[in-house]
Amino acid sequence: MSATARERPADAIRTARAVRAGEVRAREVVEAALTRIAAFEGALHCFNTVTADAAIAAADEVDAAVLAGKDPGPLAGVPIALKDNLCTRGVTTTAGSRILESWVPPYDATVVRTVRAAGAVVVGKTNLDEFAMGSSTENSAFGPTHNPWDPNRVPGGSSGGSAAAVAAGFVPLALGSDTGGSIRQPASLCGVVGVKPTYGCVSRYGLIAFASSLDQIGPFAATVADAATLLDVIAGHDPADSTSLDVRPAPLANILDEGVGGLRVGVISDFLSDASPSVVAAVRDAAEVLAAAGAAVEEVAIPALMLGLSAYYLVAPAEASSNLARYDGVRYGLRVDAPDVTQMNARSRSAGFGPEVKRRIMLGTYVLSAGYYDAYYGQAQRVRTLVARGFDEAYRRFDVLVGPTSPTVAFAIGAKTKDPLAMYLSDLYTIPTNLAGHPALSVPFALSEGLPVGIQVLAPSLGEGPMFRAAAVLERGADPEARGPIEPRLAGVRR
Amino acid sequence: MTAPFSRDDVVYVARLARLELEADEVDRYAAQLASILDHVAAVTGLDTTDVPPTAHPLELANVLRADTPGPTLPRDEVLDGAPAAESGRFRVPPILGEAP
Repeated sequence: MSATARERPADAIRTARAVRAGEVRAREVVEAALTRIAAFEGALHCFNTVTADAAIAAADEVDAAVLAGKDPGPLAGVPIALKDNLCTRGVTTTAGSRILESWVPPYDATVVRTVRAAGAVVVGKTNLDEFAMGSSTENSAFGPTHNPWDPNRVPGGSSGGSAAAVAAGFVPLALGSDTGGSIRQPASLCGVVGVKPTYGCVSRYGLIAFASSLDQIGPFAATVADAATLLDVIAGHDPADSTSLDVRPAPLANILDEGVGGLRVGVISDFLSDASPSVVAAVRDAAEVLAAAGAAVEEVAIPALMLGLSAYYLVAPAEASSNLARYDGVRYGLRVDAPDVTQMNARSRSAGFGPEVKRRIMLGTYVLSAGYYDAYYGQAQRVRTLVARGFDEAYRRFDVLVGPTSPTVAFAIGAKTKDPLAMYLSDLYTIPTNLAGHPALSVPFALSEGLPVGIQVLAPSLGEGPMFRAAAVLERGADPEARGPIEPRLAGVRR
Repeated sequence: MTAPFSRDDVVYVARLARLELEADEVDRYAAQLASILDHVAAVTGLDTTDVPPTAHPLELANVLRADTPGPTLPRDEVLDGAPAAESGRFRVPPILGEAP
């Protein structure tokens, strides 16, 4: 590290190595994370719940294992934050909604068990747009999360709390969920790495469902190597998720230094026309970095991808309206009493859901209703096929594709809350991936007016290997000041 | 196709979706949902005659396994999360209008 470079908190890989070797105690690591959270959380609001006591206890268990000569696992003693739509037994899981404000799940999501079994220590549940519906984390019933790079700006969303927690140096690792860009877009806006794995690669058991054919859990980290390490831990078949793949991508941690020599990289030209000039410049620079490292880089037009947003805002609300029918005041969550059960259902849902969730439930109910089903939902499913075919054709010529993650850098809190459609356009470049079930990630690359710009790397199903190799090259060629963790900037917070 | 999302449409889908809306909410949602549908309607005009629908990104086959008993969630813990429970069951208001 050069003398001018910022001092960074230890990454997950180094932390786990030191804890496994008995050089550092997990308890010290976790206490340092909790101290940093205590110092900045009031200004940033990354968390809905901080589980300090349970984290200390879990860290002590990791230390006891090391002392007993046992290996606590590849994430030994590494603090991790969980998006608050991942079920945690005994710990409130709100999905950012009033309707689940005091719900305590009776079970753990599979990923929660997996990261604990690998030695990671859960420090809390992160803020999100209600039921993961949003692109700014402003739709949380518990107030917005602030971007550590500029607290008057959004962290992106819906996994904004997880992205901001890594960017602020609270934790080296976090988990989020990505239905239309909800990991990659906040990663881009917060200057961290965010990965949406191949659909079916990571168990969704215990993820509160939004749109089941699109939802996928994935990692946030400050570095590509840390993100690969976490994905290696959480990927794998789970009999509890019927959409879980029987195959898994080859382990990623060992291939990151393989480079991009001979890799065929397509720059998606359709993603450059509406992006801001600084974002377009970053993509062009990224293409040069890959070419200089030996990749064969070419522009490619995939016009079908631009149909993705429209198809998504028919398919995702349709699935959401069905998934969220379960919040009826009977088995869990908020109930508002009424003389008969139908009124009780309606009053509970009306009091419990926020405006964006109601909007999407109504949109989904409408497009699924008699007389409109074929014109809207049926057509959207056919357009989904066109998006997938557009990708398939491109992947006959290219191993990976690159483009912007978000059309802009982080925008001001409140800038898009009155215009839902403007907010939806934040996900223009991330949505097609979910419709096709492919993997994609965002890696921090450049700064524009002091704010990070992420580059998106996309790959075909189970193409995580080439995708991570390209991301590792981009990380080495990136502006080192463009990535977290940073010392959160707190001056002039308007709250 | 008729202009999407009139006030009546909002009232209709809100009833289907079990949502109670105030009058000002109906107006606001009608305007917002019409604007959203107007944008996404771009895809409704596309010729997709020979394009099969995609419901899911995976080619899903039915998953079968042996029917072996396994652990289930403890009943009391599940009922603890319910708004109202009685005698080991979820309790709800009258469904068919009988006296409570």
